[in-house]
Amino acid sequence: MNGVDVNKQAANVVVWLLLLAMPYWLPAVGGYIELGSRAVVLGLAAMSLNFLLGYTGVLSFGHAAYFGLGAYGTAMTIKYLYPSTPVAILVGIVVGTLAAALIGPLIIRLRGVYFAMVTIAFGQVFFFIAFRWNSVTGGDDGLTGWTRQPLHLGFATINIQNNPSAYYYLVLVLFTVAVGVMAWLLRSPFGRTLIAIRENERRARFLGIPVDQHIWMSWVVSCCFVSLAGALYALLNNFVDPRALYWTQSGDFVIMAVLGGMRSFWGPLIGAAIYVVLQDYLSSQTENWMSFIGLFFVLIVLFFPRGVLGFIRRKAVS
Amino acid sequence: MTQVVLFNIFNGLIVGAFYALMALGLSLILNLSGVINFAHGGFLAVGGYLAFVLIPYIGFWGALLLSPLLVALIGLLIERVLIRRLYGRDPLYGLLLTFGLAFIFEDGTRFIWGPQSLPFQVPSWLVTPLSPDYFFVTGYRLFMVLVVAIAVVGLFLILSRTRLGMRIRAGTLDLETVSVLGVNVRILRNLNFGLGVYLAGLAGVLAVGQLGLQPTIGSSLIMPSFVAIIVGGLGSLPGTLLGGLLIGVASGVTTVYFPSATEAVIYVMMALVLLVRPRGLLGEEGRF
Repeated sequence: MNGVDVNKQAANVVVWLLLLAMPYWLPAVGGYIELGSRAVVLGLAAMSLNFLLGYTGVLSFGHAAYFGLGAYGTAMTIKYLYPSTPVAILVGIVVGTLAAALIGPLIIRLRGVYFAMVTIAFGQVFFFIAFRWNSVTGGDDGLTGWTRQPLHLGFATINIQNNPSAYYYLVLVLFTVAVGVMAWLLRSPFGRTLIAIRENERRARFLGIPVDQHIWMSWVVSCCFVSLAGALYALLNNFVDPRALYWTQSGDFVIMAVLGGMRSFWGPLIGAAIYVVLQDYLSSQTENWMSFIGLFFVLIVLFFPRGVLGFIRRKAVS
Repeated sequence: MTQVVLFNIFNGLIVGAFYALMALGLSLILNLSGVINFAHGGFLAVGGYLAFVLIPYIGFWGALLLSPLLVALIGLLIERVLIRRLYGRDPLYGLLLTFGLAFIFEDGTRFIWGPQSLPFQVPSWLVTPLSPDYFFVTGYRLFMVLVVAIAVVGLFLILSRTRLGMRIRAGTLDLETVSVLGVNVRILRNLNFGLGVYLAGLAGVLAVGQLGLQPTIGSSLIMPSFVAIIVGGLGSLPGTLLGGLLIGVASGVTTVYFPSATEAVIYVMMALVLLVRPRGLLGEEGRF
């Protein structure tokens, strides 16, 4: 084990300790538990996006669509089909992943800005369905009149509705599973192939790697976890509205990933945490928080393009 | 019924003309600089609001001439200060920066002029219908189509007949060679950006006369412009024009038969085009 590995292990331990103890330290520093849940949920979304963005090198700007599909799938299941939290989450994931798998073949041959444009435009279809189909989706006002249901584990029932900490730990458990699967995938030959495609697509193609298929798989994996994040987001708010599907939401995910550091595994989580806290603070201080968020985008691109972790890493090297 | 269908086709053509005007500007910038300008809708809104401010002083016609030029000026400045730094970097950064600019534009116009829709006066003789049977053919609508047509013809003339246009076209194909031949590529990109943004400003002045003046007008028009570019084919300006008109008419016709799908239909069209002909209707093979 060399120094870098030790540092990595230490960083992992610190991240997990902070996440595990969140309900205890966050209120002490002036936050509230829902804010922590929000950061973890959006962090999961940003990390899932980064699976595609940072590790496969494919520029997706339309992840909000699958995030929102997961959210609507979950909300509508509880409201109309079956009042069970786990079932609803599953339905949300299936809906989002299926949509991604079907749209995938249309877009995997595109690259760069073209891919970004097409993914963001496709997202709008789902936005307008949610926006227009008033009777089912609640239209612009969003889908209300449902809440997350208690968890029945057979031997015990956990009330996640009136206990924010309990819901936080549910989020954290699913987050751990999702992140674990992504880390495992990235360490597998499949993940190494994705990185090879990112580094030099033409070379990967010459080596006989079916590049389009790999990008499709990476796209589906990424959208699968982002729809899990969407499901958790809907449950967190007991509410979902078309803004979860809107293209500006996709931009938020990308900026979280970039802000934290696209080339690092934990970067997007850190980016999401910073973004969530900043947005919470700004929107409580000023009506014009959108301008500040916009300015924030511009400043990050100009002065901080490698993100927090990239910045720290470069400092450590030099 | 025919009247309703005609009305909606006509309406669709007008909306399509806006999409096309927006999308042509976007296309120009994308082709030469590789930047998707998310702030394009913001420039459009600024064009509309500037015209609103200018009309009491110089009248509608003066505003129609001056406002897009001012928008182009803002565009030149923003390109010079911000966007220029992003050339040659990962396209991601261009997306994020213009995305942030779009936020600032939308919120800025809301901050200055308020969130509510403002009344926008067009000359009264333009508003009256031309015939009682075809009530929808108001002078203003014909006028808009005319202005868009003039702008499009003007753009294609600039591109095909002037030295600047020649350089823009050459740069789209191979910027490095153009640079080696002694053309100042920085200035070329700057002017090209200004030209693209000018079109957005012009679309803004025209659009607010029809759709009303509100801060979100830009963000509601930008996504269809993307679709116009994709349907028409990346890298092809005539394709972009065709794509804009096509999706405009398609959503107009859909309004008649299935009103709740008015917006969604253009994305379905995009999916079909990508399925059958991924490079777009008039796009070149292998460009992306």
